[in-house]
Amino acid sequence: METDKTVETASEQVVNPWEVSAKDGGKIDYDKLIDQFGCQRLDQSLIDRVQRLTSRQPHVFLRRGVFFAHRDFNEVLDAYERGDKFYLYTGRGPSSEALHLGHLIPFMFTKYLQEAFKVPLVIQLTDDEKCMWKNLSVEESQRLARENAKDIIACGFDVTKTFIFSDFDYVGGAFYKNMVKVAKCVTLNKAMGIFGFSGEDHIGKLSFPPVQAVPSFPSSFPHLFPGKDKLRCLIPCAIDQDPYFRMTRDVAPRLGYSKPALIESSFFPALQGENGKMSASDPNSAIYVTDTAKDIKNKINRYAFSGGQDSIEKHREIGANLEVDIPVKYLSFFLEDDTELEHIKKEYGEGRMLTGEVKKRLTEVLTEMVERHRMARAAVTDEMVDAFMAVRPLPSMFE
Amino acid sequence: MGFTKDELLARLQELEIDYSKYEHPPVLTVDEQAKYVSSSEGALSKNLFFKDKKHRYYIISAMVDTKVDIKVLSQRLGLGKGGIRMAPEEALSELLQVSLGCVTPFAVVNESSRDVSLLLDHKFKNQTRCIFHPLSNDVSISLTTSGLDKFLQSIGREPVYVDLEANPVVGKDQPPDLAVYVPSNSVELPNKTPSAQAPPPKNVSAEKTKPVASAKPSKPAGNVKSVVENSPLTVFKNPEKFVEEILDKTSTLLLSEAKGENVEALVETLRKRLASEFTHLAVMYKNTAYSEGLYAGTQCQPKRP
Repeated sequence: METDKTVETASEQVVNPWEVSAKDGGKIDYDKLIDQFGCQRLDQSLIDRVQRLTSRQPHVFLRRGVFFAHRDFNEVLDAYERGDKFYLYTGRGPSSEALHLGHLIPFMFTKYLQEAFKVPLVIQLTDDEKCMWKNLSVEESQRLARENAKDIIACGFDVTKTFIFSDFDYVGGAFYKNMVKVAKCVTLNKAMGIFGFSGEDHIGKLSFPPVQAVPSFPSSFPHLFPGKDKLRCLIPCAIDQDPYFRMTRDVAPRLGYSKPALIESSFFPALQGENGKMSASDPNSAIYVTDTAKDIKNKINRYAFSGGQDSIEKHREIGANLEVDIPVKYLSFFLEDDTELEHIKKEYGEGRMLTGEVKKRLTEVLTEMVERHRMARAAVTDEMVDAFMAVRPLPSMFE
Repeated sequence: MGFTKDELLARLQELEIDYSKYEHPPVLTVDEQAKYVSSSEGALSKNLFFKDKKHRYYIISAMVDTKVDIKVLSQRLGLGKGGIRMAPEEALSELLQVSLGCVTPFAVVNESSRDVSLLLDHKFKNQTRCIFHPLSNDVSISLTTSGLDKFLQSIGREPVYVDLEANPVVGKDQPPDLAVYVPSNSVELPNKTPSAQAPPPKNVSAEKTKPVASAKPSKPAGNVKSVVENSPLTVFKNPEKFVEEILDKTSTLLLSEAKGENVEALVETLRKRLASEFTHLAVMYKNTAYSEGLYAGTQCQPKRP
């Protein structure tokens, strides 16, 4: 489920699982995207409802509009209120060992959903996809899947409620039966239309979409949800994954299954700014979970794009341009305290606070986060990975 | 105590691995070795011991004329251009339990080198026999690669032969081809002690303490943070250490936040700031216990009838 972010000047914005680019090299127009895809905005009333149902403060990503769009989330909440639970499904395409903060975002949010709603979770590692798209060997993609699983586990998922699986390990049985059922419902032309496949693409790629679709159906996991065919599924993901699930939602009723609901996030900007390219070959475009405190400080000081003015006098006069300022943007993702964030935005936007101070605060926040992740990651043993990936029942999954 | 050369040779005989033995004065370099062991007996090897920035170790065993480019090797392992360098002398004695000039593929027989990755030159396969030190630099033995393979397999290792001179492109779409041979565990060398005795292998890799800010092993009086004592693993396995970690964090926060305000407000701050962090700790504790239980389950013997 990886995104290949390429930014080219184009007359129209392009958003799909393999390409994300804004119009004319500018910013992504999320309103237009919501229209184009036909999903809905996650408005304040839904967020308030989540607060009421879970009796806790909504996650910072909800409060700040990071997760901003959805499909049928309100229906999932309706059912939940009636006592009908749901399960969560998210995933990762293990294309590299180096994980950066942007990669962690869907997992941090999913962990909150698991805790707040007390529901089980399946996590798909699409090692087969990366083997095909990135031309990795089977062994390498499987190895990366296990390595990534460790970082995912370090985010704090509960082993009694979480099943992690890799496609190479798990595809078969009931899962495969659903894959074939889904595949029968999607013509070649449709697949080419949704995913942009062409006659030059190998048939492995064409046959992949059902693999990512069927974890939305509880019958794909007979060891987890026996007899619970009506259990609904909620999928937290980045909005570029929408095409896979549009296809899935289209097919579901034809198979007698419930449509999966989605809750979608916007894109995490590169250090160099919205138009920058976050890429694995440029270590300075992102903060990695393996960065030291020194690395983080350096990267933010040197590469984080600042919306501050060129001179102190000018800055004190006009204030910072919060629209393009990366440190403030990153803080809006990761600084928990709403009041402090508001204060920083006000002071910085009106020129009383300088870029250096904002960057310093960001460095503190990120260093603490990365350090905590590293400690947790160090405690993840191979045994623990095996436990999460064992095909076993989860008797306390709704507790 | 590491394997001695006699123990190694005895093991080779047990495994019925054929070898020829040459005794000579101690030699520190390949050139010196070449004076005593002629090339008609087999191909001499040069053996290099490397370490990367994350404390992972590698033995590269190559034909003498194979060019080993450290920068290329580092990239092929996925460690970037300057990711590896020669390992320090202590690592030789602590991990491989051999002396200077004595690096050899056979060193992986020791428990202490369990996490050391061994890469062999694929050109060895074309040789009738190859020559290595059997853990001591006053002896050389020659044997076939199948003999070497049999030995490695007997200690649970799959022999890995690599084209050491290859220089493939490494980039976004061409992942490093040797990355799969990077050890999954890093090794922390214990602090240097004056005694020559190497500590039992168990300690070497169990000491996965994170080198956080101050790695002072002594207990500072009254000081609350004792990060070095609690390696992440023990915190989540040992109830006492777990509680200690929680109390440490609480005390630190208490000391930094207590400004003479009323106790209720302080308690509120503590609860707010610590709740999510402690939940995270507790989840890790639970996960560790569950994983150990699951593993124990696989090892269970059926009840006696």
